[in-house]
Amino acid sequence: MHKSLLAAALAFLLAAPAAPATAAGAAKPPEQAWSFDGVFGTFDRASLRRGLIVYRQVCSSCHSLSLVAYRHLAGVNFSADEIKAIAATVEVTDGPNDQGEMFQRPGRPADKFKAPFANENAARAANNGAHPPDLSLMIKARKGGANYVHALLAGYKDPPAGFQLTDGMSYNTHFPGQQIAMGAPLNEGSVDYPDGTKASVEQMARDVTTFLAWTAEPEMEARKRLGLKVLLFLLVLTGMLYALKRMIWSDLH
Amino acid sequence: MTTPVWTNPVVRWIDTRLPIFTMMQHSAIDYPTPRNLNYWWSYGSLAGVVLIIMIATGIVLAMYYTPHTTMAFDSVERIMRDVNYGWLIRYVHMNGGSAFFIVVYIHLFRGLYYGSYKAPRELLWMIGVIILITMMATAFMGYVLPWGQMSFWGATVITNLFSAIPLVGDSIVAWLWGGFSVDNPTLNRFFSLHYLLPFVIFALVFVHLWALHTVKSNNPLGVDIKHPGDTVPFHPYYTIKDLFGVGVFMIVFMGFVFFAPNFFGEPDNYIPANPMVTPPHIVPEWYLLPFYAILRAITFNIWFIPAKLIGVVAMFASLFILLLLPWLDRSKVRSARYRPIHRQFFWILVIDCFILGYVGANPPEGHFIPLGQAATAYYFLHFLVVIPLISLFERPRAVPESISAAVLKGS
Ligand code: HEC
Ligand code: HEM
Repeated sequence: MHKSLLAAALAFLLAAPAAPATAAGAAKPPEQAWSFDGVFGTFDRASLRRGLIVYRQVCSSCHSLSLVAYRHLAGVNFSADEIKAIAATVEVTDGPNDQGEMFQRPGRPADKFKAPFANENAARAANNGAHPPDLSLMIKARKGGANYVHALLAGYKDPPAGFQLTDGMSYNTHFPGQQIAMGAPLNEGSVDYPDGTKASVEQMARDVTTFLAWTAEPEMEARKRLGLKVLLFLLVLTGMLYALKRMIWSDLH
Repeated sequence: MTTPVWTNPVVRWIDTRLPIFTMMQHSAIDYPTPRNLNYWWSYGSLAGVVLIIMIATGIVLAMYYTPHTTMAFDSVERIMRDVNYGWLIRYVHMNGGSAFFIVVYIHLFRGLYYGSYKAPRELLWMIGVIILITMMATAFMGYVLPWGQMSFWGATVITNLFSAIPLVGDSIVAWLWGGFSVDNPTLNRFFSLHYLLPFVIFALVFVHLWALHTVKSNNPLGVDIKHPGDTVPFHPYYTIKDLFGVGVFMIVFMGFVFFAPNFFGEPDNYIPANPMVTPPHIVPEWYLLPFYAILRAITFNIWFIPAKLIGVVAMFASLFILLLLPWLDRSKVRSARYRPIHRQFFWILVIDCFILGYVGANPPEGHFIPLGQAATAYYFLHFLVVIPLISLFERPRAVPESISAAVLKGS
């Protein structure tokens, strides 16, 4: 009797697009254990804070984060004062004022993270013609998600003998084609962690990936929390509907 | 069916002027339904539930969505980040599209298995096929709205198909685009049509149900309703059975919405549309993959007819062929339960459709090309040759005399 429902559930699973072959010979990123994995996963707050430091001190010189506002940090336990302080470190252009002129002012919590370049052309001009993509959705916008970004950041190596590396490019086994226009952004001790954690490349890659997982899915914790309640409710409701169904049909059998 | 007597004076006043309560009583309460329907019959009402969910969430999304190429992507992200429970509304709508097709495909294959397309249900079936085609158009245009890379490139690939039409093809494509490429006018008209078509579907569903209630439901035995003992009133028997089905469906559906909301999606659609960068693999949403495979299966010209045109014709033919099915299948027996050969070929068709979907998800190269061609050839062979031949030569097993006879013997 439940065969049909089971089959429906199965179809739901099978119907997923068969994964197309991975892009041009990039190494498959190894599976990592993430704090935000699984039904009960949450963002590791300490790691996320360190990741913000990495983003601000390293990545933000090339990559924008245009979908995220400073005030969004409140969603992961930054206090109002902390947020104000972080926002105030940048100067943003506002206006026009009542003289009709644009002016500079310190950033406010409602501002989006300040982009390093005025536009894509400026970004390309500063990066050998390559465009550093916006990082807000990066984790959702690549196959492999967090595992991929982590592997990419920690995946810089010397090219094997005989590999034709184009000028200005770096060798990275996880990038499609193995050549990436981003030089290794993370080096041992690129940042100083105030909590005393050692800033190894692996550690920074992990922290900034956690931070970017949050920027991609700021709703994730609320979503999973609500999801558990909804599923629990539905399980009980459906159980009761089943009992009712048995009762109503009993006079027919 | 007797006309109910309404005791409530307001209800009576209305009903004598507009018999809406009588109509509801007849079609949702008393409606005589075969007593032996299994859970495969739950998918019809489930599809209705999903349609309502899609319309409700879609209307809310449209309150925040901005149909402009420079703002569409960000407006969807604003829904995800700043609108209260916007992520929920959007994920329900996004996964609802997939759920809708899963439910409707199961509903359709149920019809294939139990011969629900046969007399007197030909029109009911054909309206269903039209609903499916309208759904595909709706979903295709909806997928363009968030204006990600797959939105843009999917729209470009699919609209370009029309350029295969001889002589006027290019003019038609420019007319569809409202310009010389997929651009803002395209996005605007797709939004307008994406808002319109679900209501067209709603009207079609109404006609579908009207036809259903005229000819009554088929059933797993495929025999006609012969006496009152064969049926039970829709309420409470099927209201509760369908509700239980909705509960199970919601558990699975909400599982995806809350815990794997991007399972059916493409990562590329989280990259804003960029006409200068073509993604390495352009794939439509999973529910269109079998048709995409048929489209790309034709890699050769036939005489002077270019491959592209044949591909487009084959793709549309694969849908429209379903309209002819009631006349291709000559067998008097409906249910595959009593058609041993037909039943096996039904499953072969199911497998064939999965193969087509698999081929559609992969780049057209290497062994995927012959595999796609074989699966496409079989698809048409199934409907045009296998079904008619089986229906002429197969010896069906003895069909029960009536529903109640079979049910009572079973218990
Ligand atoms: C000096 C400038 C610069 C810095 C600093 C930098 N990047 Fe990049 N990044 C780039 C450029 C340029 C690209 C484009 C590479 C390409 O397309 O070949 C890029 C691409 C990327 C990509 C996309 C790879 C893909 O799959 O397309 C990610 C992810 C990324 N950077 C993350 C980071 C992170 C995280 C940091 C901080 C730890 C960072 N970047 C620091 C310049 C930079
Ligand atoms: C037949 C029912 C419907 C189907 C199958 C359908 C399908 C889809 C799909 C597949 C998407 C893309 C989702 C994504 O990737 O984000 C979408 C987006 C959208 N739909 Fe629908 N839809 C339906 C009904 C409606 C209705 C009735 C409305 C409005 C009245 C609507 C409004 C929207 C809007 C505004 C978007 C863009 C926002 C977004 O991408 O989430 N839809 N639809």
